[in-house]
Amino acid sequence: MSDTFQWLYSPVVKEHFMNPKNVFDPEEGFTADSEGVVGNVKCGDQMMFMLKIKDDRIDDVRWKTYGCASAIASTSMLSEVIKGMAIRDAYSIKPADIASRLGGLPENKIHCSVLGDKALRAAIDSYLEKTGRPGAFKGEEAVVICNCLNITDKDIEQAVKDGTRNWEQLQAATKIGTVCGGCKPKAEELLHELVHIYGN
Amino acid sequence: MGGHFVYMDYNATTPLRDEVKAAMIEDLSVYANASSMHEAGRRARDRIEKARAKVAALIGARDPVSIIFTSGGSESNNTVFNTMYDLGRAEKGGAKPRRKIITTAIEHPCVMNAARRLADEGFPVVFLGVDGSGRIDLAELERELDPNRSAGGPTLLVSVMAANNEIGTVQDIGAIAELAKASGALVHSDAVQAAGKIPIDVETWGVDYITLSCHKIYGPKGIGALYIRKGVRTEPLIRGGHQELGIRAGTYNNQGILGFGLAAELALRDLDSFAERMRGLRERLRKGIAAKVPDIRFNGHATHVLPNTLNVSFPGAEGEAILLSLDLEGIEVSTGSACASGSLEPSHVLMATGVGPELAHGSIRFSMGRGTTEDDVDYVIEKLAPIIRRLRRMSTLPSSVAAST
Repeated sequence: MSDTFQWLYSPVVKEHFMNPKNVFDPEEGFTADSEGVVGNVKCGDQMMFMLKIKDDRIDDVRWKTYGCASAIASTSMLSEVIKGMAIRDAYSIKPADIASRLGGLPENKIHCSVLGDKALRAAIDSYLEKTGRPGAFKGEEAVVICNCLNITDKDIEQAVKDGTRNWEQLQAATKIGTVCGGCKPKAEELLHELVHIYGN
Repeated sequence: MGGHFVYMDYNATTPLRDEVKAAMIEDLSVYANASSMHEAGRRARDRIEKARAKVAALIGARDPVSIIFTSGGSESNNTVFNTMYDLGRAEKGGAKPRRKIITTAIEHPCVMNAARRLADEGFPVVFLGVDGSGRIDLAELERELDPNRSAGGPTLLVSVMAANNEIGTVQDIGAIAELAKASGALVHSDAVQAAGKIPIDVETWGVDYITLSCHKIYGPKGIGALYIRKGVRTEPLIRGGHQELGIRAGTYNNQGILGFGLAAELALRDLDSFAERMRGLRERLRKGIAAKVPDIRFNGHATHVLPNTLNVSFPGAEGEAILLSLDLEGIEVSTGSACASGSLEPSHVLMATGVGPELAHGSIRFSMGRGTTEDDVDYVIEKLAPIIRRLRRMSTLPSSVAAST
């Protein structure tokens, strides 16, 4: 109610929430070279990225989101950061990079910011597919989750994209955790997050 | 910020009434322990007993002794459920005690969690569903009360809130209690939101327990009450001294109880005029939103509803984003969105009414009160329309599609 008491989030979040940059406006006539949509309305957030790409660089960007203030601010910030960036570099942007540029997000709000980069990656993947290079950046930035069988976060992400929704299905799809089982807690956490993102 | 400030979150809590504040300040110098036998103690005790009579009057309880002061609604509700644990656990001379608990899917979290704890302890617990308006089905309650037609054996307790905090839907507690009594069950109603907004009469309702909270009726926080029908056994949640007939130990909260008594007295005195004024404001807000914002859905019951509560879903816009946008305009409300709770689950109340996650995430509760004016309502309507338009423009979710689901 007053300027004297701090807002719920950082001033940067507030600025990007109230005056988001690069929001898609249907009257503007923006034509995208590729689009990516991720999210699950059941969980309260959904995100779409539209990219104009020239010489494998992001020439311009528009986005839309159904989500909370953190989601709106994160996507706005991400859209500013990737302008002019090589798609290969944009592909590896992490939610933590965006959160720190926003001056931090509360712990329980981090998940609101994880959709932006996924939507961006989906849009880049779609572009790569269109230009005859499907999956060209796959495996980049991959982190090994299951050391016994060398299964990465990208493998888990792909399994979820292909329909995996629970631990049993993930094991059936990837054999993850069938040797020592030590990766299970970490893998389950990642699975939960990915199902939230791609689950619908 | 333009200077206009509108508080529309009275169901969360209310400000202290001036009269109550003044009486409490005056009473602050009364330090005596109201359990002491000396004169100062007797004086303090006298103020407490006068307050008890006023709280009893608010809910039509004939005997003030039936009012036990607690720290608030959560403690009152927990006292009831804790008592059920003791009653249902005991083996009486080989006879199996009643153990089944029937409550609803839209209760306050303290009832939900107290009931879940009993379920964990092996009690058969049923959470009755509600219809699209938030009301329970009496035929379903009757079936659940009949051991021949449902599982879990004879029912120990039926606990149904009188009015819901989020959507304002009012239940027919009289009819519910009649069915429960016919099967020999105890009846509890959490009347925290109902008190001071709709008439409460423990005799017409025929209930055994009523939960009240003082800070929802313009009194101080940290004080509440549990009405216990005469002769109904109740176990203390807090054991200690002999205060409150041994049902609730702890030194008397002199000023809290005094404030509660006065708040209850004024709430009862003003009930009719207050409710009428609230109904007018609610209707003004409802019509204004309907006229200015397309593709919306009003949640809750059209007529069996608290006069001050209006719950609206704005498909295509997310609740936390709406709430924070309103907050920046000086308007304070609440939302059923998951994003406001830190979990991934939206309001269990709205989900129980079957509106679907999109509408639950995009819901806003406007709850008005004594300080609300027509100007406030008009200001909210004026500020709301562009906020919803802005959020919908950047949304991936088409509002018209979501509104029709």
